[in-house]
Amino acid sequence: MAGYFTNILSGTKSLLVGLSITQREFFKKPVTLQYPWESLEMTPRYRGHIQLVKDGETGTHKCISCGLCDKGCPSGCITVKGEKQEGVKVKVLVRYDLDFTKCSLCGQCIDNCKPGAIEFSKEYNLASTRKEDFYYDLLKRLKEQK
Amino acid sequence: MDLGINVVEMLIYLVGIIAFAAGNAAYLVWVERKGAAHIQRRTGPKEVGPYGLLQPLADGAKLMSKQLIIPDGVDKPLFMVAPLIAMVPAIMIFVTIPFSDSIIARDINLGLLMIFAFASVNVLALLLGGWASRNKYAVISAARAVSQNVAYEIPMLIIAITIVMVSGSMNLKEIVDFQAGGFWNWNFLPTNGNFLGPITFVLFFICFMAETNRAPFDLGEAESELIAGFHTEYGSMGFGLFFMGEYANIVIGAALTVILFLGGWYCPFGLTDGIWWFLIKMYLLIWTVVLIRWTYPRVTLWSLLNLSWKILIPFSLFNLLASAGLIKILG
Ligand code: SF4
Ligand code: SF4
Repeated sequence: MAGYFTNILSGTKSLLVGLSITQREFFKKPVTLQYPWESLEMTPRYRGHIQLVKDGETGTHKCISCGLCDKGCPSGCITVKGEKQEGVKVKVLVRYDLDFTKCSLCGQCIDNCKPGAIEFSKEYNLASTRKEDFYYDLLKRLKEQK
Repeated sequence: MDLGINVVEMLIYLVGIIAFAAGNAAYLVWVERKGAAHIQRRTGPKEVGPYGLLQPLADGAKLMSKQLIIPDGVDKPLFMVAPLIAMVPAIMIFVTIPFSDSIIARDINLGLLMIFAFASVNVLALLLGGWASRNKYAVISAARAVSQNVAYEIPMLIIAITIVMVSGSMNLKEIVDFQAGGFWNWNFLPTNGNFLGPITFVLFFICFMAETNRAPFDLGEAESELIAGFHTEYGSMGFGLFFMGEYANIVIGAALTVILFLGGWYCPFGLTDGIWWFLIKMYLLIWTVVLIRWTYPRVTLWSLLNLSWKILIPFSLFNLLASAGLIKILG
């Protein structure tokens, strides 16, 4: 019989403690991220699809069209096209296409690139219903970047 | 009174009551969602209108524009009538609730009895809805709802009888008037002869939550085990009516608790009496109900019945006898 009353008392107390906790939490600030109005900065080692590095000095890419990334890619996603142009010593890059549908984000291309002309982007909002949306023209993309 | 005026007055009250019930149902859902969200450190609805205030309207429009699907093999008349049975008694009960000295649709001498009579119809809606659905989850839910309602109506009525004994009336207005003066005259304190005072208030509150099938007593619609319980097969406004009925019942339960225990429209210090005090007390109680839902996990059927038969009923019975003795002594 004594257990009956202590049970009720301790039960009531724990219920009240519970209520006070939820009421306290109610007044605290929400911790959720209001996506899509705000989004997190991606971590430094995040691997999005590759992109051409923008050189701070020249304002353009650093690619020398050697094609090593193209050759090294196990999935054959990259197509590099360079042209000999008059007055320029190295070949000039005219096309850099990435077929992201097959890319496994392995990083071979980046390791192969001597001048460090490509890097992983931080792009992750990439949903689409069309396959063609994942064929990127990286040269065009670089020009569009500010 | 002139018949024409009488009819007009009736219509005004009817429209007012339905608007009050529907508005409360709509915005309590908003309060519930916002409350739940902030308790869980989220933000809740915020896109439709400022602070998501137009969300209930959007939800209502969505519900009304949906097709009412009647599955094969349901008991069609019962299936159609169950949501109405959930909503109509709730509207009826509002008729006799005194919001203030003058704001009451019908001042009935047996007001309390009428409220309990109509409130007990609510369980019929759950039973019929579950039974007619031809769905095993709905039937299990209906059976649970009935056993739960039977178990909790008893202590609720015993406590109500105690209050009636103390105040000597079944007229809700007289019960409130009996508590005039200040909070020390309210029935939740033993001053008037309600022996266990605050304990009965808490017991009544628990019963009212169990009667409205609110969490943590929402065994009837336990999503994790019964999909949605008795309204599994309902969509569109059929579901909408069940939903509105549930919220209307919460408002009624809170209003009844205010009337029986917290002095109705009277100010705690006997100063500015009026409907605002009624509403303040009522919405504080409703907030507690929301808070409770987002604090406690659902009880099992076993502990639900245990709580009623082993704790609530003995306590309320003891209180009934002790109060009777106390009233005799107080004269
Ligand atoms: S990350 Fe790997 S798979 Fe993707 S383009 Fe580079 S080498 Fe090819
Ligand atoms: S390896 Fe580097 S420099 Fe060579 S083509 Fe690829 S991106 Fe250009």
